[in-house]
Amino acid sequence: MTPFHIVVCGSLVPDPLQTLEPTLGPEGPGLKNEMMLPSVLDPWAGHALYEAASLATKHPESRVWLVSLGPKARLQQLMMSIAQKAKFELVAIDSSASGFIDAQSVARTLATAIDEIDGLDKNRLLLFGGCASASRDAGVTVQMVGELLGLTDQFLAVDELEARDDGSLRVLERIEGGKYLASTVRGAPAVVAWATGKLPEPPNNPQVGMQNMRTILPALQKAKAAIPNRNSIHYQEVAIPQQKRETRVVKDMSVDEIAREIADWIRG
Amino acid sequence: METVEHATDTRPSLTTLPGDDIRQILWGFADRFDIQMLVQSVRPVARGQVARLVADGGRHTHDWTDAKNDLLASFDAAGVTALFADPEYGGFIEGPKNLALALAAFELAWVDGGAATCSLAGHLALAPIHEKGTEEQKRTYMSRAIPGQSEEVARGAFCLTEPLPFVGVDTRVLSGRVRIEGWDEGEEPMLRVEKRGRFITNMGFANFVTAAVESDDERLKGTCMVILEESDPGTFDRGSATHKLVHQLSSTTDPIFNLVVPASRIIGGYTLKDGVIVPNYNHSQIIEAVFRRTRVTVGLMTAAKMLSAVEPVIRYQRSRFRGGAADAPGSPRYDLGLQQKEDTLHRLVDVWAAGEAAAALGFATAKFFDEFDPIDHRRDDIFGEGGIPHGRAGLKVLAQKRGPALEYLRLRALGPGKRDEARLAELEKDDLTQFLVQDALALVLCPAVKLWNTGHGTNVMREAVSLMGGYGITEDCPGFLPQKWMDAQLEATYEGPEAVQRRQLSLTMTNELFLAQFQEWILELRRIAGTMPGTGACTLASAMELWQWTLQYLLTHTDADGATLYRDQRQGVTFPMADALCWLLASRYQILSIRELQTAATNGAVANAEGFLNFFADLAHVQAGNAAGEVSRICTSLVYGYNRHPSWDLQGSCCHHTEDLDTLESIMPGIAACAPSVGDVVDADGSHAPKAGPCVRFTGVEGFVARRNKVDGCLTGSRLAKDRAAQALTTVMIPEALDYPM
Repeated sequence: MTPFHIVVCGSLVPDPLQTLEPTLGPEGPGLKNEMMLPSVLDPWAGHALYEAASLATKHPESRVWLVSLGPKARLQQLMMSIAQKAKFELVAIDSSASGFIDAQSVARTLATAIDEIDGLDKNRLLLFGGCASASRDAGVTVQMVGELLGLTDQFLAVDELEARDDGSLRVLERIEGGKYLASTVRGAPAVVAWATGKLPEPPNNPQVGMQNMRTILPALQKAKAAIPNRNSIHYQEVAIPQQKRETRVVKDMSVDEIAREIADWIRG
Repeated sequence: METVEHATDTRPSLTTLPGDDIRQILWGFADRFDIQMLVQSVRPVARGQVARLVADGGRHTHDWTDAKNDLLASFDAAGVTALFADPEYGGFIEGPKNLALALAAFELAWVDGGAATCSLAGHLALAPIHEKGTEEQKRTYMSRAIPGQSEEVARGAFCLTEPLPFVGVDTRVLSGRVRIEGWDEGEEPMLRVEKRGRFITNMGFANFVTAAVESDDERLKGTCMVILEESDPGTFDRGSATHKLVHQLSSTTDPIFNLVVPASRIIGGYTLKDGVIVPNYNHSQIIEAVFRRTRVTVGLMTAAKMLSAVEPVIRYQRSRFRGGAADAPGSPRYDLGLQQKEDTLHRLVDVWAAGEAAAALGFATAKFFDEFDPIDHRRDDIFGEGGIPHGRAGLKVLAQKRGPALEYLRLRALGPGKRDEARLAELEKDDLTQFLVQDALALVLCPAVKLWNTGHGTNVMREAVSLMGGYGITEDCPGFLPQKWMDAQLEATYEGPEAVQRRQLSLTMTNELFLAQFQEWILELRRIAGTMPGTGACTLASAMELWQWTLQYLLTHTDADGATLYRDQRQGVTFPMADALCWLLASRYQILSIRELQTAATNGAVANAEGFLNFFADLAHVQAGNAAGEVSRICTSLVYGYNRHPSWDLQGSCCHHTEDLDTLESIMPGIAACAPSVGDVVDADGSHAPKAGPCVRFTGVEGFVARRNKVDGCLTGSRLAKDRAAQALTTVMIPEALDYPM
């Protein structure tokens, strides 16, 4: 079986249980008290990481890197949990993880970091990430990283990836109407932006974590600082939606009826 | 001269609840990634499976159900079961594990104390083997008890307590018996063990038991602990479930054992002397080594309860009036709810401050035991190498080191430049001297954590429950607060109830080696107060001086009838002094934890460092004020309370007589008019002011009066700190919902 070099792009987002209140400060928009709020691994990136770890297990000698862009101290806290869930090597970039940073600026930083990974064989490269981010939701970052790295085989909103014995990959992408688009690519390199995938979140296992930390701690220590480009995008205002819709639990309502009700609500 | 700015009311304060990064610094494991990962591993089990089980009514039955049993597999997967073991036996944490065990129990108890006890009891069963077992016993039972090391994980139970009137509070009296069943020439002797247990945790599923028994056979000496297995020939009756009102997620029964086991199951092995089996360790030596560690963990379980109450109470307070037609979003009543009322805020500040103090005391002690463990084991090695038995001979050897130990503490207190560094270094290298110094502390800290955290913690949990209004006495109360209140009462009872801890403290806190360290702490607190004036460190130092003076007074004085004040059986004196000491210790460690946070903040390792520092300093100041008040009350009642009040009949020299004053009036005009304002006056006909007797004079206790007055004055600012902390509670961001179900 072909060993893969899987690079997962993913970082932290504020814990969704917290009160997330956007504010406009002198350095641009952000979330109130963002640096003090507990954070979690971006759920979309999490799916990508767990799929990567699973794929690597099935393909001996594969390697998995997690490329994370975020404040170093907070990445370190995040690793105390994530490092227990899957085996990977960390590439840390000390920078802002704010969802208000332009996706293009983030993509350039990530692509540069990936380019510099020692021992990475780009012919075996599978670039994984979330099809969106819980903090930005631009849905374009991984695509841009792929473009910058010259990867043109790109699959978006993927729920399943099958690596076949002949080296080819069969990919199921989400498309309209709850259907999948099934594609086959002859093999790596490729970009796979994951939706939810099919795997549950692995439980924490401190023994796995202890093994991972041998490489993660040095990676954190030598994390390079990157200054995000805040000038490439200008926000006039940031606010939570003023209009709130009460959630109702209704059974047996058709999709058309639901869509009509939402459209009516948007129209006001 | 350097000056330090005092707090003002406009300084930054708490903006969010403290996260893991802050806790790791406060509780001393910011540099321990293995332990940080353990916390992250245990937390999802606690706030996931355990919380769902509680929410689904898992506590409604005393029986060991399948759902409860599933917790064991979750503990295994999260590394909780393996936590106790060294890496050579399949564990993943190197070195002593007191802090790690404490944090795992803390995380579980954040949601449910029974779940924490369930995990703790497995470790408790292994602790005698870990502490004093032979290498063979360690290899066998550690391997079997650690997931992944054998096909099926062997679960253990620790069996000490027996049905009344036997072992319980007084662990010296055992009814469990052991005698020699058979002893063939050249073969291992076989023992018959008979023991009835009471309130034994994990018995619903335990595969092996470590049991305390006493010899009933002249060929076997004294007491010991033995390992019993469910497959041993004889009776291994698990008994019926105890009808506990608390900790229902742990299995507790009253088992009966009548088993035949090989003598190799005596924990720590045995020596043959003149045809008599002499266990290498008696049961007291083993349980002392075990309990001095595990009791700290229990104390931290209650600390978790107190701190876990903060967020649900804030959320309840703020949302108390939401939903009413008259209260629109944006109005103070809508946004703040009950937090508009000062009393609710002040009471929550007290709950939070006590929780911080309990956690700081507990974690500092757990960490201390991690440092003490190697020294403790080194003592065993030295005794072993020198052929010195434990017991009186060992005490004799240690007694010779008391002088050097005191000398070491005196030199240490002098500071660099004022002491003989060579001699200090020499004493630092002397293992037995260091053992004595540390042991003096261990013997105080362990019972203090257990006593104060659980005893006072239970009272604090009652307060937390009361802050939830009617919600607080329902099963639906967010954060399971009423369940935690009840659970805390058990934590105050098991592994040695409050009276046992007070008794131990009453003996160990008068040790001159401890008191010398206590004296050092007073000076240390004054120094801290110099750089961190808002923490209440000075208040606490003054209260410590008052306690110290009172102790010396009680040790050297008698009551009105001439009876010695401070003696073992006079618990009316000794126990309150033990309580007072615990308040001081908890407050001290809380202040020390803030110093750690300040150091980290100086290094730039903390976001919103100033806000967190200010808030935690205010909480510490509040707690120091509470501690000082409690200590003042106790000390005052003990110093004055055992003197007989002066009476009008036996007025002695404490009154002025009218005729004397009249005589003096010619020499000192005005004295007759002034006298009543400075003392009691008795008229010629014997009449006097309507009160119990002449007021008490303070002759002989001037030192106490001065120190008491100082403590009173040192409370200056403590209420302002409380106001600031209360204000912070109205603005701190909390999550939208609790991170575990209800």
